[in-house]
Amino acid sequence: MSEPAHEASGAPAANEAGAGRIGRGPGRLLLSLYGVFTVAAVSRSLVQMITKFHDAPLAYVLSAVAGLVYAVITVALRRGGEAARRVALVCCSAELAGVLAVGTFTLVDPSAFPDATVWSDFGIGYLFLPLLLPVAGLLWLRRSARPQQP
Amino acid sequence: MLDAVTITVSVAALLLAAWCGFAAFHDQPTKDWHFIGMAVVTVLALVQLVIALVKLSRGEKPDQGTLIFVSYLVGAACTIPAAAFMSLTERTRWGSAIVAAGGVILAVLEVRLFDIWGGGSV
Repeated sequence: MSEPAHEASGAPAANEAGAGRIGRGPGRLLLSLYGVFTVAAVSRSLVQMITKFHDAPLAYVLSAVAGLVYAVITVALRRGGEAARRVALVCCSAELAGVLAVGTFTLVDPSAFPDATVWSDFGIGYLFLPLLLPVAGLLWLRRSARPQQP
Repeated sequence: MLDAVTITVSVAALLLAAWCGFAAFHDQPTKDWHFIGMAVVTVLALVQLVIALVKLSRGEKPDQGTLIFVSYLVGAACTIPAAAFMSLTERTRWGSAIVAAGGVILAVLEVRLFDIWGGGSV
């Protein structure tokens, strides 16, 4: 179990503004979960688009968009810095809006979505993580913007 | 046979999740013992992968399609190694939380695999 090489280079980063740490600590957990969801949403939409695109084009395009949003947040958390933090904030907000809109829509008018997406029924097929992740993400990104505690 | 292995992997994954969740709760990073646990769960997932591939090569078909079945199999085999790697880069309680999350995710993948194969019917 060797320590990763870049562990040592993490120390100077502590001197940077708080936003440099968005990929550390709780951010690392978020980064991992967003990575998983990127793979899940992208591969799901790819399979569906290749095998049965005309069944429910809207649902499959939506899954692809969700996958793209997850990918951007994953990369932003990985890169760190103030610009990445803002990008992640925008994407988490879009994600929250998306999951709320699609979740409500699938409950009110299920026929509009003949096939499920990651955001259907507020992400019930994914342990509601699609709903919880953006909330956790927004809270974490807000907190990490503050100056680092001594 | 496949159903039994799927259930075994799910239970092992949940135990790993509970163990690492416990470590995270007590503000502990993952230790060598945790990594041995991750290795055990990974070996189980690989055994499952091999058994499933043998079954597929004999011409058995999953209920919901071979492509989706194999995707989930590969995903299941990669989940814990990926979590272990992330946990190595985060030597705090959050590294343990990552492995706990990985265990839960693997258990969910196993439930899906069970469904996709048409568990219980074969």
